[in-house]
Amino acid sequence: MAIEVKEFLPITQRHEELGLSDETVLQMYYHLLLSRRLDERCWVLQRQGRVPFHISGIAHEGIGVGAAYALRKGFDIVHPYYRDLALAIALGMKPVEFMLALYGKKGDPHSAARQMPSHFSLRYLNIISGSSPVATQVPQAAGIALAEVLKQKLRPQLEAAGFRVSREMRVVLTSMGEGSTSEGDFHEALNWAGIYKLPFVVLVHNNQYAISVPVWKQMAVKRVADRAAAYGIHGAVCDGGNVLEVYQVVKEAVGRARAGEGTTLIEAVTYRWTPHSSDDDDRTYRTREEVEQGKLRDPLPRLRDYLYRRSLLTQRLEDELEERVRAEVDEAQRLAEEAPYPAPEEALAPVFATEDRSGWWGE
Amino acid sequence: MPEKTLIEAIREAIDEEMARDPRVFVVGEDVGPRGGVFRATTGLWQKYGEWRVIDSPLAELSIVAIGIGAALNGFRPICEIQFADFIHPAFNQIVNEAARFFYRSGGVYNVPMVIRSPYGGGISGGLYHSQSVEAFFAHVPGLKVVIPSNPYDAKGLLKAAIRDPNPVLFFEPKKGYRLIKGEVPDGDYIVPIGPAKVTREGSDLTVFAYGMMHYYALQAAEMVAKEGIDVEVVDLRTLAPVDKETILNSVKKTGKALIVYEDNLTLGYGAEVAAILAEEGFEYLDGPVMRLGGPDVPGVPFSPPMQDFFMPNPQKIAEAIRRLARY
Repeated sequence: MAIEVKEFLPITQRHEELGLSDETVLQMYYHLLLSRRLDERCWVLQRQGRVPFHISGIAHEGIGVGAAYALRKGFDIVHPYYRDLALAIALGMKPVEFMLALYGKKGDPHSAARQMPSHFSLRYLNIISGSSPVATQVPQAAGIALAEVLKQKLRPQLEAAGFRVSREMRVVLTSMGEGSTSEGDFHEALNWAGIYKLPFVVLVHNNQYAISVPVWKQMAVKRVADRAAAYGIHGAVCDGGNVLEVYQVVKEAVGRARAGEGTTLIEAVTYRWTPHSSDDDDRTYRTREEVEQGKLRDPLPRLRDYLYRRSLLTQRLEDELEERVRAEVDEAQRLAEEAPYPAPEEALAPVFATEDRSGWWGE
Repeated sequence: MPEKTLIEAIREAIDEEMARDPRVFVVGEDVGPRGGVFRATTGLWQKYGEWRVIDSPLAELSIVAIGIGAALNGFRPICEIQFADFIHPAFNQIVNEAARFFYRSGGVYNVPMVIRSPYGGGISGGLYHSQSVEAFFAHVPGLKVVIPSNPYDAKGLLKAAIRDPNPVLFFEPKKGYRLIKGEVPDGDYIVPIGPAKVTREGSDLTVFAYGMMHYYALQAAEMVAKEGIDVEVVDLRTLAPVDKETILNSVKKTGKALIVYEDNLTLGYGAEVAAILAEEGFEYLDGPVMRLGGPDVPGVPFSPPMQDFFMPNPQKIAEAIRRLARY
């Protein structure tokens, strides 16, 4: 799965063989489409000067949607990164919840309008707040997973003290770009994951660039997933533009994790054909030809092609979905534009918690 | 009341909190069968088992990050950083992550964790087993920073730290681990995080200190008492959040202030105390606010004469008191 993809790659898996119903695979398409159209709108709003900044998840939707469907939604825990718009959408984030953050408006549920957009955090979906220094979430996610092991090991004491421990472990999924795999945080986390066989999935979006630095200046090994061997964990590679393949590989990893068989490092290969962010100009570090070629990995036309071939999508249904998604994005934008800004002095609090609300207890 | 050493009081606090709450666990280097290099966790692995006293890989960044994750998922980790000098690889996880989680999630995700670490010089530790790091962290909103000076406070403050819903850095004066003894009640009690304490009443001037320097400040106060200088001593105990009221009330009474700390002088914690006094206590002052700290060099040297030169001690504190009293 190198960077060179010369032609359109049809999806060869069959969704029913992966245990997915027709309705589910169409729902995946809807989530992919909604993420894409929402993302495209954010670029427009930024270029119009209506919002200060956007960092995009375009080209990453196949990974996010595939992963989200492989998890037990509302039970498993996710510690994502800034290209996980589609992951958050597929887990249940509403477009307006993203738009409020994009505009820095009151009611932003991720950070109360403190963080830059795309720093996803939604307690009701088990999405953990992240920061901007990359890879910091990875050892934290390992700690969340270690807590799942501790709950099972310490079940009698915990339940005697009134803490309900679920019958099965929650699986923790964290994601990051391939550039993050150069950080010490990443390596320390995988080391813990191996030692304690953590119920943990480490999902690396290899989009070939860390801002401007290509993957071959980031690592000497051919595959990010090769690094799994050094930590005694499973490694797997999948085509990030093929949502069904991502689903299949993440599903296997989640199954292993829940069964106590430890962590999987997954490399999902894609190509980021947008600039790093709205402040980047990627013409300074790569050719337009390369970018055009990278778009062959686009997960959206590949899933659309699959659905047409399987007679699950028609022109009429596709048009209906486009119309529905546009209306949702319009509505989210309208609500965010109408929402007030926070009062300036809301910047002052809360700094310290006065009560403990941590943890996932019970089923 | 039984007399205990500082390290015994710390161990007792951890033991009692682990018995009280099964979510409390210890993670760090050599904390397991060895019981910690300073013996703070002696016997706990044997008593509570390997899942509550976890020998970590030798990796400070992830000792803290694992603690953050476990805290987010309902546990009460006590992360031990073997020496404060080794906390720097975890700086990002403490400052960018633990400290900011609650604020950056709009009050949704709190991180109830304790990071314990021995700090300070005078133990032949050289550059990398002697550092004082409290000022780095006291600067950061979202962190609480606690430094006990005696066994009674150590037990009560550590219990308060473990029960606090926020990240608390708990720095222990390692030179005092066995040197400082005091009465410690058996069983449960709390010393709240926040208030400083007037530990010696006096009228001529106030010495502000914490940790090992507080222990020395009391000795210095006794030395100069024989010369007729009546010193008040304030144990700051909690560096963040700072107890302005106790600081200002003391100087309102005495009119003069000396702040003693063993960190490098410049931009050490004493600078903040001095700024508070200059800004909010100006009308109380009858003399310059003075600081006594370590020299501004990159570390405490190993060689005994150089180490002694670096470290504040009761004699140096007494001399600074005399200078200020004469003003």
